[in-house]
Amino acid sequence: MPESLISARGLTKKYGDFTAVDAIDFDVAKGESFGLLGPNGAGKSTTMRIIAATSQRTSGSISILGRDPEEHGPQIRAHLGVVPQQDNLDGELTVTENLFIYGRYFGLSKKFIRNKIEELLDFAQLQEKRDSKVEALSGGMKRRLTIARALVSEPDILMLDEPTTGLDPQARHILWDRLFRLKETGVTLVITTHFMDEAEQLCDRLVVMDKGKIMAEGSPLELIKKYSTKEVLEVRFGSERNKEVAPVLRDMCSRIEELPDRILMYVEDGEALLEEIVAKKLHPTTSLVRRSSLEDVFLRLTGRSLIE
Amino acid sequence: MNSGINVTKIRARGAAYVAEARIAQMMKWKGIIAIVAIGNPLFYLVAIGIGIGVLVNENSGTSGTGGVEYITFIAPALLASAALTGALDEAMFPVMEGFKWRKLFYAINSTPINPGQIVLGVFIGALARVVFTVVCYWALLIAFGVVTISESWDVIPITIFAAGAFAAVIMGVTASVKNEDYFMTVLNRMIIMPMFLFSGTFFPLSSMPIFIQPIGWISPLWHATELGRYFSYGYSISSTMLVIHFGYLIGMMIVGFKLANQKFAERLAK
Ligand SMILES: Nc1ncnc2c1ncn2[C@@H]1O[C@H](COP(=O)(O)OP(=O)(O)OP(=O)(O)O)[C@@H](O)[C@H]1O
Ligand SMILES: [Mg+2]
Repeated sequence: MPESLISARGLTKKYGDFTAVDAIDFDVAKGESFGLLGPNGAGKSTTMRIIAATSQRTSGSISILGRDPEEHGPQIRAHLGVVPQQDNLDGELTVTENLFIYGRYFGLSKKFIRNKIEELLDFAQLQEKRDSKVEALSGGMKRRLTIARALVSEPDILMLDEPTTGLDPQARHILWDRLFRLKETGVTLVITTHFMDEAEQLCDRLVVMDKGKIMAEGSPLELIKKYSTKEVLEVRFGSERNKEVAPVLRDMCSRIEELPDRILMYVEDGEALLEEIVAKKLHPTTSLVRRSSLEDVFLRLTGRSLIE
Repeated sequence: MNSGINVTKIRARGAAYVAEARIAQMMKWKGIIAIVAIGNPLFYLVAIGIGIGVLVNENSGTSGTGGVEYITFIAPALLASAALTGALDEAMFPVMEGFKWRKLFYAINSTPINPGQIVLGVFIGALARVVFTVVCYWALLIAFGVVTISESWDVIPITIFAAGAFAAVIMGVTASVKNEDYFMTVLNRMIIMPMFLFSGTFFPLSSMPIFIQPIGWISPLWHATELGRYFSYGYSISSTMLVIHFGYLIGMMIVGFKLANQKFAERLAK
């Protein structure tokens, strides 16, 4: 059993009468890349703030690096790197100034920080922008800088709250590549996301959250195996006809999901099923066979899509 | 694990790190800060000292100012007013920036630094600006021969202290409001402007209509001005009033810090 860096039991956070995090249990092992996958309002950021030892839980227990955040906030925060959902860089300062000032908050020596900055600028591919005001950076660069800033203190756990939300595909891929590298160096990652592809790419293990609760837990592959089929056939008949053919389709496979614009059919062999459908002269306007993804897992667990 | 992180050290110096960052941020505005610190006294010394001051003394002698030259009378008041304005800038804007505009305080709060250390650090930063402003002002007063070093040096710590008390209250109040834009308008129009008008800066508060005088009584600027006059040219104040002036400013400092500490902790914990 690998050493557990974070361990939560019955962790609950209430805002007044509203329960944002509802008695969740999870463990994060050393060196692991752990994900919280869930839609808007699932309670991901709230959970992250509790782990980051900045927000206090209402009830339950949590231990981070063997300590209780209620009593040892500064000691815990000394060993965490936090990338919040919303960048909170100082736009008026330059890239290096932002890194330098943040390093000082950890009481690190000026010499140590100066050396570290060079390493981080290389890592974040921001050498050319080192003396630019942060205001002038692109969204992807700001995100990379926020990650670099979180690494200035060489944290044991790096917390990333929706690292790529709002970035274009190219910027996302650059960021994923950087995070892969980090993973290889053995840093423990805790990542929240509502992108299933991101969770599949980056997480060794994840929990699916919805409305403050954990719906399922496992590796992306395990979750797909457990809650979905190998393949998915997506068929469209046009919004009028979808309703008409759905009952027929339902009898042809173990499970279907009717979405507003298409029907998802869960099967082991999508091509074979498509041939059957064509043989029945149902002729979908478009069709697509794909592998099951975490999106399908989420749909199965909650009856809703991840991204509304 | 980074073994270079020493939480005990951070506990002792956290506020200094925050102040260091505040000063780095202020350095981005150093040109403007310097122009204000030097231009403001220059303007008043030339305009009032040479122009209006002559008029006031010609028309009413020195009776309205308690027997001193008009410039001597208003110099400590202008010094206090510049100090409090500087304190206002560096206590209000960083707090808004910290919580709302750029959320910088949330970034600091995710390090080993505590909310109380952020309060103290921002306060020290504001004080640094005040010290710079006051020293520039004082140097010009001396250069223009308005005050002498030996007679008036004690005005410096008194004025800095008064500006500090004001900064603490502004930090607490700013951290307490949610709607910043509305707050800035109200604060400027309803509190700051009357405070600067009715604090006995240009003529004694006691010469104002009695219904206006309470504005001065609650204004830290009036208390700072009275103390400044007392310490710069031997303006006479009863010992009771001395105690009241100091007590009021000390009270502001304590209440301001209490409120700021409480609101910072509250907002950062969400
Ligand atoms: N400070 C707060 N006060 C009151 N309610 C809050 C507060 N913070 C979060 N909530 C509520 O708690 C719930 C969970 O919020 P949280 O930010 O943790 O969700 P999330 O999973 O991070 O969502 P998103 O994907 O939108 O970031 C939401 O319904 C939110 O409105
Ligand atoms: Mg969130």
